[in-house]
Amino acid sequence: METSIWRPILFLVGIMAFAGVNAAWLGWCERKGAGHIQRRIGPKEVGPYGLWQPLADGIKLMTKQLLVPQGVDGILFRVAPVLMMIPAITSMVAIPFSEGLQARAIDLSVLLIFALASIGMMAILLGGWASNNKYSLISAARSVSQNIAYEIPMLITVITIVMVSGSMNMEEIAKDQMGGFWHWNIFRVENGTFLYMWISFLIFFICSVAETNRAPFDMAEAESELVAGHMTEYSSMGFGLFMMGEYLNIVVGACLTTVLFLGGWDCPLGLLPGVWWFLLKIYILIFSFIWIRWTYPRTQIYKLLNLSWKVLIPFSLVNLLVTAVFLKVF
Amino acid sequence: MTVPIQCAPDETFVLNLGPQHPATHGVLRVKLTMDGEYVVKAEPVLGYIHRMHEKMAESGTFAQFMGNTPRMDYLSALSYNQGYVMAVERAAGIQVPERAEYIRTITVELNRISSHLLWFGAFVLDLGGFTPLLYAFDDREKILDLLEHVTGSRLTYCYYRFGGVYNDIDDDFITGTRAFIKRLRSRLPSQYHDLVTGNIILIKRLKDIGIISQEICRKYGATGPVLRGSGIKYDVRRNEPYSIYPELKFDIPCYKECDSMARYMVRMDEIEQSLRIIEQALDKLPGGPVQAKVPKTLKPAAVDCYANVEAARGSFGCRLVCDGDKGPYRLKLRSPTYSNLSLFGEVAEGMLLADALAFMGSLDLVIPEIDR
Repeated sequence: METSIWRPILFLVGIMAFAGVNAAWLGWCERKGAGHIQRRIGPKEVGPYGLWQPLADGIKLMTKQLLVPQGVDGILFRVAPVLMMIPAITSMVAIPFSEGLQARAIDLSVLLIFALASIGMMAILLGGWASNNKYSLISAARSVSQNIAYEIPMLITVITIVMVSGSMNMEEIAKDQMGGFWHWNIFRVENGTFLYMWISFLIFFICSVAETNRAPFDMAEAESELVAGHMTEYSSMGFGLFMMGEYLNIVVGACLTTVLFLGGWDCPLGLLPGVWWFLLKIYILIFSFIWIRWTYPRTQIYKLLNLSWKVLIPFSLVNLLVTAVFLKVF
Repeated sequence: MTVPIQCAPDETFVLNLGPQHPATHGVLRVKLTMDGEYVVKAEPVLGYIHRMHEKMAESGTFAQFMGNTPRMDYLSALSYNQGYVMAVERAAGIQVPERAEYIRTITVELNRISSHLLWFGAFVLDLGGFTPLLYAFDDREKILDLLEHVTGSRLTYCYYRFGGVYNDIDDDFITGTRAFIKRLRSRLPSQYHDLVTGNIILIKRLKDIGIISQEICRKYGATGPVLRGSGIKYDVRRNEPYSIYPELKFDIPCYKECDSMARYMVRMDEIEQSLRIIEQALDKLPGGPVQAKVPKTLKPAAVDCYANVEAARGSFGCRLVCDGDKGPYRLKLRSPTYSNLSLFGEVAEGMLLADALAFMGSLDLVIPEIDR
């Protein structure tokens, strides 16, 4: 199987298609979801329920000129949007959608995804720096401090999961949780003691909202303060790639949460495990991302950092210690 | 808490906020000198939409200026109608029928609620919450429908006339207004206070941010919710009573915290008080004419008079000097937002950019009224 040329090609095409469809239609989902949350209809003109809106948007964005303003760093300005997309698509290689449905079984797949996620942050930094715009620069500085602050508690909770599962392979972690929701890591019972993994889940979820720059932590793109943050100077597909990269990051974050905490492709009642459960779970998570965004106001950068350094990191460290004690001592 | 800058910054840069910026709600430009994300100096630059309203008043007749008044503060246009009409009535010695005064009070309070609802939406939008804006617009829409029914326009009302109002209100308006009062009272606790006021993020963004001391209020002449949020219980409707306000029971909301949250709470409480005022005025509404007999061309004697009303943003003053001619010799307009914005530079010093913008939102700026 590994030697066959078809498997990588099929998966490459499949992942590109999955990424493309998600990046385009999550925008529609968000607009439609926001519309209904706000008691309006949302997109409705293009196609049934406005379903072809992403295509119209795509054509519009692609036929526009990528304006490169005077005084920008030309190379970095063009590289940044691409740098946003590539790691997001690449990290899908390591995600197990179902048993055997994984482009490449990598032993350290959890580590790989986190490494790639950090590159996405570089894209915002470069885009903000290269734009030569004060709002973009502030946005870039904000997103770096935010990402550093939130990667730490996120990784600490992942260490907890790795300790419990005894593996850094995403497929192994998922397989470890088969057989109904009481086996999932979020409700994990080890040696007869209930591990408080839902705290880890909560920390991980908050961090993934912050990592993907979503409201209420959308410091980088705070439209009422920084106009459009790092995307202020971008037009046409430069802007489009940033938007798509953002949605793909959400998908990757939801996939990661599903595999690490919610049992991957396992059915809550242990029936018919398969890729449909995986998709159901990630879309529920993505919907909650949308729901949160359209409900809460934005926090402020220092409060955001305080939340990470003073609340999330201590809590995740304590949680790590407690879990280690339960695993090894009892 | 805002952390004040301890020492002089080594390097600052200038950030031009506006004239086109999502947070300035119009063509206001603020020249910010920044140290990183901290504001070192903030300097509002005005005049982008100055239309010379005062000069226009001098060159026309009294009635011709009526159409200009709603164009100053388009969000609480009726207060500006009322301020100008009252000044002219004082100059010409016109007695307004009682029913007209009641109708004026009902409509102006409805307009105040609609203005506060829009401010609420726009303010939460400044803080990054998009959804409450549309909930507020839903309620505001009902007010616009009601006012459209009697005044004929939805935003820039020109409803009052010297000596009365343009149009009598009918039963549809009265039942509609009563239904609206019931509707807003049921929605205020759930859709406004539960969703927004109690939100931990909102509270953290507003508490102890943008503290305007009473000295600063006095120094710059702040009025309206800005002043009442700083613990000074001054409301023109109570302190210099006009129209039928002395006959009505209502409270003046006043908070001593001086921060953005206090100003937020003042406005939210004012919505409830305005509902009370409308309810009482509807109950007491007398019959009779809505327009006094007024000559077609007003020619008051040479007088100098002043009328002051409480608009949604503070006290709006009209000083009218007549020289016995058909139009004003001089009309000086005192708009509340101009004074309220003036204190921005002093208070915003040392704030974070995000806090400074939240603070600016809490002042409730309407730019055309600053520039006039």
